[in-house]
Parts: sequence; structure tokens; C-alpha cells
Amino acid sequence: MTLLQDRPAVTPGHGHGGDGGDDEHGDHGGHGGTRGILLWLTSTDHKIIGLNYMITSLVMFFLAGGMALLIRVQLSSPQSSFLSYQTYNELFTMHGSLMLYLFAGPFAFGGLANFIVPLQVGAPDMAFPRLNALSYWLYLSGAVTMMLGFFTAGGAAAFGWVGYAPLSNSINSPGAGADLWILALGLTGFSAIFTGVNLITTIFYLRAPGMTMFRMPIFTWNMLVTALLILIAFPVLTAAMIMLFCDRHFGTHIYEVSGGGAPILYQNLFWFFGHPEVYILALPYFGIVTEVIPAFARKPLFGYKGMVFATMSIAALSTGVWAHHMFTTGTVLLPFFSLLSLLIAVPTGIKFFNWIGTMWRGQIEYKTPMLFAIGFLFAFLMGGLTGVMLASPPIDFATHDTYFVVAHFHQVLIGTTVFGGFAGFYFWYPKMFGRMLNETLGKIHFWLLFIGFWGMTMPQYVLGLEGMPRRVATYPANLGWQGLNIAASIGGWVIGLSFVFMFVNIGLSVWGKNIVKAPDNPWDAGGLEWFTSSPPSHHNFERLPPIRSERPVWDYYHPDHRSIDHVAEHRAHQLAAGVGSGSLKE
Amino acid sequence: MKHEAKLLIGVGAFFSLTDIVYWFWGYHYLAGNNSAGPEQSGTVMLIGTVLLGLVPGSYYFWWSRHMRPRPEDREDATIAEGSGVIGAFPSSSIWPFVLGMGVFLIALAAVFGIWLLVPAFSLVFSAAIGYTAESRRGGQV
Repeated sequence: MTLLQDRPAVTPGHGHGGDGGDDEHGDHGGHGGTRGILLWLTSTDHKIIGLNYMITSLVMFFLAGGMALLIRVQLSSPQSSFLSYQTYNELFTMHGSLMLYLFAGPFAFGGLANFIVPLQVGAPDMAFPRLNALSYWLYLSGAVTMMLGFFTAGGAAAFGWVGYAPLSNSINSPGAGADLWILALGLTGFSAIFTGVNLITTIFYLRAPGMTMFRMPIFTWNMLVTALLILIAFPVLTAAMIMLFCDRHFGTHIYEVSGGGAPILYQNLFWFFGHPEVYILALPYFGIVTEVIPAFARKPLFGYKGMVFATMSIAALSTGVWAHHMFTTGTVLLPFFSLLSLLIAVPTGIKFFNWIGTMWRGQIEYKTPMLFAIGFLFAFLMGGLTGVMLASPPIDFATHDTYFVVAHFHQVLIGTTVFGGFAGFYFWYPKMFGRMLNETLGKIHFWLLFIGFWGMTMPQYVLGLEGMPRRVATYPANLGWQGLNIAASIGGWVIGLSFVFMFVNIGLSVWGKNIVKAPDNPWDAGGLEWFTSSPPSHHNFERLPPIRSERPVWDYYHPDHRSIDHVAEHRAHQLAAGVGSGSLKE
Repeated sequence: MKHEAKLLIGVGAFFSLTDIVYWFWGYHYLAGNNSAGPEQSGTVMLIGTVLLGLVPGSYYFWWSRHMRPRPEDREDATIAEGSGVIGAFPSSSIWPFVLGMGVFLIALAAVFGIWLLVPAFSLVFSAAIGYTAESRRGGQV
């Protein structure tokens, strides 16, 4: 039987260690008086900042989703004049930009990671709380800067979310909208870099005693690897954007052939960011699913270390595959990039087998988070398989810039960020807000999303194979593409409809008559975040359980079925036999 | 600290190998096929990635050999061993917001006019002073 031991150092409002500290500001984040707008403006509490990130990124998600619905209306008839060409170009550019730069990444590493990682490692806050707050303000500034483009005379950026040179130069894309887009990426780039530094430092230096690296929850592991990827990728993007801005305004010719520059350099720089970015968007959501599945399968994670090394392998390989987006340029090392791209399927496959192995013979509870996690498995599997196809240059040559690619990356990205992201949202909502969400409404949300997702993406594969190019506002009526486009549009609108049920669910949890308060550990899960109150107190923990495995809270509440940590067991036997020194207090 | 060091050194080692293979393969493959010659930006970016792993990784590795394992590095550590000051956590602060708005205005100045630099730098300098003054009286937890 393990005994709970106090960790007095994390008691808020008291200095420790002899000097007592100057704690006149000990009540950070406004838990003792600061409320409303002042709390939002001044808090350095990772939980408040995390919620700020999540709310802002969800606003971006719904704005981008609204743009997608307008795009789908336009494509429902061949020669539609619902949107002008310019407006259409702006909408698909901003849809992609908002989704990728302002929702998918920030929701994970700014929102969920900010809130959850310090809790999972037993830390009182992020390592650099003020830098954390600055990251959020830079992110919000970037979001506002990008959206300001819609209010300028020439409209928002209209060159696609990748901003390829020379299309994005000052001749082909004049106006303030393009400049604002470039500057927005600079701001959000610095925000991401600061968050990456903060996450790595928190994980390296603020873990609780006994929380060794190989006892960290997989979500935290994935966020560590994601943070490293951020530090590899985002500086390159920021540099690329600064050079693009110089080309547009200061007379440099870095991406201009006429001045001795190279447009292809932009593509190399962009995709050196862009492909790791895909995994910056995917790995956190892999981590979420890896937390959800064991909790609802009522089993420990199958293959913990395999999951960790698979995550590392995916991240490492993803940094060496940037030019598979450039196969058709004829300037890249096809076998190198094809080989590494295909290799990513191996660690990803290991993850899939481990997820299935975790569920295998488990007592699965089909609660809303679990449904979303299972939805992720199906969606990402399909998107991943077509990714393997596209890693082969001959297939890529045939399908490049068609709707086949659009379907592929929507399956990958919706699979991870939407199914995985909302699995995490439903899973940790009780911890964040101290309220339970309604299961029926959650399940309706899932099933509508699941149906709409397949309804939207599968016709797009067929359209791509039939040759429909991406980024077109109209298409010839005699090619027979309208039926499939209508099907895709209906799917898109069903996805939009599904989120109405989520809003209703959230509204009922806040203002409804039958509010159900969340207990500390509503899912009987094993991570440290489930040991503290819901929502957590300031500085997170009044006390901590002994950490003897990757499931310390499970071990504490189920001492007869605790996880077996073979290393610790071996050490205990050694100590009992008088080998070595020290003590094991259990 | 050893695992942290190994992780970062692993990043450096993996990308060293990748970079060498990429450079040699690209040099021979693209030199003949591409009038512009072998692609160089990828090689340079991979060198940057190698340094990103090796520089801090070497530092951690050196420290890991000169320090006793911390409680968070030991499987048998008790929670009580983490007692004491964990770190200096600054108070709730308005200065990140002020600095963020200053940087925001600097970005907007590049588009809407350099006059915006006046309020922008006022905010940035205020934040720098405010940050420094606040740090001197920050609390510990």
C-alpha cells in the first residue's frame, strides 16, 4: 500500500526552503481577486493562458470552417458566380492559413499542452510563465494581423496557404493583405518558438520526483518531441518570410530569377518548415489519442516504449522529407525523399498496432472521447495510406495539385486535429471547467462529424483521379464533376452542423438546469492531472501521490492492481538484499 | 539528465548522418540532372538542425556526468525529496501584454506607416523596464 506524501513546495502562497521567499504576488493569475478582463490580460497561470489559446484557436477554427462552407457552396455548381475569383482565392488562402497556422498547431501546443503538460509532470506552472503569456499575445496579434487583410483595399492574401514565390511577390500579389499575411506568420512563428522553448524547459526541469523521462505520459512525450520539431522548423519559416518581405519591399532578389535569385529556394525553405509542421500538427493529437484509449479500454498502454521511440522516429524522418511536396519541380532528389517518406509508415504502423493492442481484450467504454479516438484511427489510417501512395513519385506526378491531394490532407488533418483534438477536448473538459458534458449530445456530435467527414472526402478522391485540379472556382459542366462536388458539399455542411451540438452541449454545461459537477478523476484514468481538483487549484497540486510507474494515479487508487515498473521493482529487490544504498519509501 | 542529453545528441547524430547522405547523394544525382547544380539549402538547414541537437545536448551530457541524479531522474525518489523552492515564478504581470502589443504595432508599422513605431517602441521600452523591475521583487514557489 502506498502512502500519500505531501509536497509542501507547491502549496500556494507560502515560500519554502528556508527564506520563505517574497510572495507578495504569490497568488498569480487572479485566483485571489483578479477577475474578468484583468485576469485575461495579466494572468501568467498556464491554465488561464492555455484556455486563452484554446478559445482563440477555436474561434479561428470556426472562422476557417465558415470559409470552407462558402467554398463548398461555390463548387456545388460548375460555373457558379456565388463568389468572385478574387474572393474565392482569398477564402481558400485564408481557410488554409487559419486552419494550419492559427488553429491546429496553437490548439495543441498552445492550448492543450499549456494546460495539461505541467499537470502531467507534477509541475506548479510552466518554466517561464511570463514568456508563456507573451507567446499568447504574439499569437493573438498574429491572428488579428492576418485577419486584418480582409479590411484592406486589395483584400486578404490570395496566393494559397504556402505563399509560393514568385506568385507572392509585389508584382503578382500587390497590396497590404499579402504583407499582413507575411507579418502574421512572423508573429505566430516567434510565438511558437517561445512556446517550444517553454515546453522543453518545463519537461526537463520541473518534473516531480520519481517522474522519470520514461514514466512521463505519452501526451507529454509527444509534446516534447513536437517542441523540438517546432525549434527545427519555425525559425526556417520566419527566415523565409523575412526574405519574402525584403523581396517585396527592399529591392532584394532572393526569390527572383531576374536578380540572380531562385524561386525554388522559397519552396525548399517553406517545406523544410511545412512538412515537420504536418507532424507538429499530428504528434500532439497522437498523444491525446494515446491518453484516451487506455483510459476507456480499462487497460495500460500496450508498448509504452515502442510508442515513445515511434514518436521520435516519425519526428526524425519527417524532417528529412520536405521535398516530397516538390517532386514535380524536377529539382529534388526523388529517391531520397521518396524513401524517407515511405519509411514514416513504419513507426506510424507501430503506433496503430499499439493502439489496437491496447484496446484488444479491453473492457471498452464507448464514451464520447473514445468515439472520437476511434474516429481518429479510421480517418488517419485512410489519410495515411493515401499518403504512402503520394510518397511514390510516379503516383504523385499523376495526382499532383488535384483533388486527390486535397482529400488526402483533409483526411490526415481532420483525422488528427478534429477527431483527435475533440477527443482531447471531451476528455479534459471536466478537468478544465469542473463540469461534465452531456454524453448524448457528444455522441450526436461525433456521428454527424464522422458521416460528414467521409461524405466530404471520399468524393474528393474520385474527383482528383478524374483530374479535377485544386484551387479552381469553376469547372466545365460537361466533365461530370458536379454530382461528386455536391456530395462533398453536403458532407462539409454536415460537418458544420455537427458543431451545433457541441455548442449546445457546452452551453448546457454552463447555463443548463442539470449541471453535473466533475469529480477529480471522472474517467478513472492514470495520469497525474487526474489527481488534482477539477478545475485544478492555483499552482495545481496541494499534494502528489508517489510516482512509481507511468500511471501514478491509477496505482494510488487501485493498489491491488497497480502498474508494474520492472526497473523500480528490481531496484527495490536490490535494496532489500543490501545492494547499493538509499531507501525506497513505499 | 542523461535521457535528456541522449535525446538531444540523438537529434544531432541522426541529422548528421542524414545530411551526409543527402549531400553526397544529391551531389551525384542532381549534378547531372539539374542545370542549377546540386541543391544546397537543404544541406545547410540540416547542418542547423545538427547544431540544434548537439550544442545543448553536449552541455546536458557534460552536466549529467558531473551531477548526482535529480529526484526526477530516479525511479525510487519520494515526493518529499522535491520539497523546497522549486523555482522563482513571477507574479501575474501586465508586461507580457504590453510587450506583445508593442511588437504587434511594430509589425503593423511595416504595412501602415512608420509613425506607428513611436507608440510601438514606447510600449516595448515600457515593458522592458517593467519586466526588469518586476523580476527584482518576484516571488518564489
